[in-house]
Amino acid sequence: MTDKINTMYIALSITKNIHDWLFSVMPEGAASIVEMVLIALVYLAVFAVAGLYLVLLERKVAAWFQLRIGPNRVGFWGLLQTMADALKLVSKELTGTVKADKFLYNLAPYFVIVSSLMALAVFPFTKEFQAFDINIGIFFLIAISSIGVIGILLGGWASNNKFALIGAMRSGVQTISYELSVGLSLLTMILITGSLQLSEIVEVQKSGWLIVQGHIPAIIAFMIYMIAGTAETNRAPFDMVEAESELGAGFHTEYSGMKFAYFFLAEFINMFIIAAIATTIFFGAWLSPFGITESIPWLGVFWFLGKTLVLVFLMMWFRWTFPRLRIDQLLTLEWKYLLPINLINIVIMAIIVWLKLTIQF
Amino acid sequence: MDLMKDYKTEVMTNEALQDLIGSWFPNPELDNVSKVEETTETEESSEETVKPSAPINPSLLEFSEEASQFLNISVKPEQLHSLMTQLKNNNDTQFDYLYCLSGVDWGEELGVVYHLESTTHRHRIVIKVNTIDRENPTLDTVSNIWQTANFHEREVYDFFGIKFNNHPHLKRLFLTDEWDGFPLRKDYVDEINMVIK
Amino acid sequence: METTTVNSNFKSEEYFINMGPQHPATHGVLRLILTIDGEIIKKVDPDLGYIHRSIEKMCERDSYQQIVHLTDRMDYLSSHINNEAVCLTVENALELEVPDRVKVIRTIIGELTRIASHCLWWGVSGMDVGALTTYFYGFRDREMINDIFEETCGARLTMNYNIPGGLMYDIHPNFIKRTKEFVAHFKTKIPEYDRLLTGNVIFQKRMKGVGILTKEDAISFGASGPVGRGSGFSCDVRKHHPYSALDKVTFNEALKTEGDSLARYEVRIQEMWESLSIIEQLIDNIPEGEYKVATKAVIKLPKGEYYQKVEAARGELGVYIISTGTKNPYRLKFRSPGFSNLSLLNHIAVGGKIGDLVATMATLDIVVPDIDR
Repeated sequence: MTDKINTMYIALSITKNIHDWLFSVMPEGAASIVEMVLIALVYLAVFAVAGLYLVLLERKVAAWFQLRIGPNRVGFWGLLQTMADALKLVSKELTGTVKADKFLYNLAPYFVIVSSLMALAVFPFTKEFQAFDINIGIFFLIAISSIGVIGILLGGWASNNKFALIGAMRSGVQTISYELSVGLSLLTMILITGSLQLSEIVEVQKSGWLIVQGHIPAIIAFMIYMIAGTAETNRAPFDMVEAESELGAGFHTEYSGMKFAYFFLAEFINMFIIAAIATTIFFGAWLSPFGITESIPWLGVFWFLGKTLVLVFLMMWFRWTFPRLRIDQLLTLEWKYLLPINLINIVIMAIIVWLKLTIQF
Repeated sequence: MDLMKDYKTEVMTNEALQDLIGSWFPNPELDNVSKVEETTETEESSEETVKPSAPINPSLLEFSEEASQFLNISVKPEQLHSLMTQLKNNNDTQFDYLYCLSGVDWGEELGVVYHLESTTHRHRIVIKVNTIDRENPTLDTVSNIWQTANFHEREVYDFFGIKFNNHPHLKRLFLTDEWDGFPLRKDYVDEINMVIK
Repeated sequence: METTTVNSNFKSEEYFINMGPQHPATHGVLRLILTIDGEIIKKVDPDLGYIHRSIEKMCERDSYQQIVHLTDRMDYLSSHINNEAVCLTVENALELEVPDRVKVIRTIIGELTRIASHCLWWGVSGMDVGALTTYFYGFRDREMINDIFEETCGARLTMNYNIPGGLMYDIHPNFIKRTKEFVAHFKTKIPEYDRLLTGNVIFQKRMKGVGILTKEDAISFGASGPVGRGSGFSCDVRKHHPYSALDKVTFNEALKTEGDSLARYEVRIQEMWESLSIIEQLIDNIPEGEYKVATKAVIKLPKGEYYQKVEAARGELGVYIISTGTKNPYRLKFRSPGFSNLSLLNHIAVGGKIGDLVATMATLDIVVPDIDR
């Protein structure tokens, strides 16, 4: 029993000491539960901090594009700004409409938050720093991100508000369509690795990042993945769902205070997750280019975060530059363009792998 | 290209317009003038021929050019709609652009003033129609001729109370539906909102 | 209005949505009552009057100099041109000849106002379709114009620089230099605007073929300004009935035939180029002379009716004064461009989607105080 738990939870040597200490102090069952709770708390803290600082990053990046400075009063360089915002949101009055379906209305934000948190658990931040390394890693990620849609639909429906309902319906349609593209473009890369397990995927990339190994079809897959990923998270140019200039605030019109904070933070965490998946699959997760810092494993965290943040910046760049697509144009893009290209791309990639034309270092 | 128009226009002069438009509504009294000249009174002619030596207007419309930049036509409410239709459809006049529709309270009468322009010939003209009925003034709508009149006539109804027959959606435009009175009339009194010097 | 009771999925029923008075996309306090079937719009019913201030009634009690100050609150983005309209009407009625210097300065400031209004329109229209950054770029350039106005006229938005008879004070010594700097700067910016928005595929798909207005409908609805010109209706008052110094300059009238939102958008961009060219022709040749002609302290227009049209940034603004010889007008009517432009919204938005409605309203460029007066 202990062996199985040990292979499932891999941690760095510092945490290995905590692990050993726990097991020496308490009986096995209790120790493993305490360990799980500890890991969950750590991830919750990571989630909260990451969410807050991503919001600040977005505001600063937006300000840079718009020729202004952004928050710089609260704390040095605005670093405490989102803390102040979070405190404000926590202390806000929770308004709710009388006719809203109370149970579903309260339940909706939790779907979004929980699915984001669960997805965050599988990423390989560095060599032995991964909370949950199951053998169906990628599949797990795609499945989890689909659960978030339920939260949006519930929120829109339970608000008893026409604008919210329109927003929620649009979002449901959009997310379900673009999941296909996300899944298929990831599948394209799995053809090279041959395994769904995330740590295996990183192992394969030791002989060259997958985007280099797969050359042309991998680049196409990456572009499709970025487009579809941006659409999955309801960000511009696909943010019809919460188009401020059209329908007020879309599906979260009726939410305020902490529940709104959940939706809001979940959007940013989703963006991080999409970027993190791209980093893992296409850009070699925590591997340094040409293996320059191979000997210092804990630098892997910085490589991982650095690559992820570059992709996050790319998504923010999209948001502040492009106008938004109309809902039917959005769906046309997916079903008539992205999906056929994706399918052809898979075939090309399969041919390249079969003929062993991938670039290996 | 058809778009880059030659800005010189074939404007019709006011006299030509007057003759053309007047000819559409000939005054039936004109036929009686020759008979009136011999006798001092007849039973057909109306009060207008009390002084037989006064010139009879050849048309039922009244034309005037004084105190205005354009040719003004005064028309009776009954002939309004047919005059407007002819003004738009006739090839020489072709007044297809109604650029201003204003209601006026002349003191005793309520009226509407139409400013028309032709986009092909570029001549302009002013039509005035008055009604003496202040309790329940009604005029014909021209919104089936120029669609811009839809909103303008609603505004005139809102501020002057003039109802327009056959208007598709005659409802107050700016003021709330429960508002009492017609503000731009000269006899409108509002203790709270009006500041009189 | 009644709502139909629904006991099955609502997609097949029509329902009402209120794009209420406070809304980011209706430029000002405009309420639109939409009847929608799914995403398709069946009817648009504007509900006006939220900012009705009874300017026309107030004008019946104010003197002519005071009326000029009321006009800049109507279409506050082309306030100088509104002032000019009333001043021209009064001057034509009194048969007063203003010096050439006044005419040229009025034209230059009028064209600068037009550019400022179009900059704001561009920024806001990008924001309406989702490109949130364009707002800041449009306002950055507008700030330069506002600074020029502040130095000369004393105010940034409601300028009140015109009086019947001329201008209130002479131009500031820096005016010519700063205007030239602005023209040189802005010429590099319009291509930037084109790169950012006009050429963008997403933007073109949002605007092309959306909200089509045919030429006959444009004339029938009284659409003027860029809305009319986007449909091929040649209605530029500066060409057909020139006023101030506009008969001395050469410029092209921007016309397009397609009548969709992209055509209206491109007409306005072209108008910005034309305005720059007008300013360039005039800025170096401002004639010397007086900046106003003395009028009596109490202006009384002779008995009669007077009408003056000018080309405001939104279209054709008309001022109709009926005077009985006293010091207040008997009736003053403002023919506002936005009023006629809004009346065609129902005609062109029906059958499209909500996203198309927003894109169409962005290119109609209405300012609600202009409509409500």
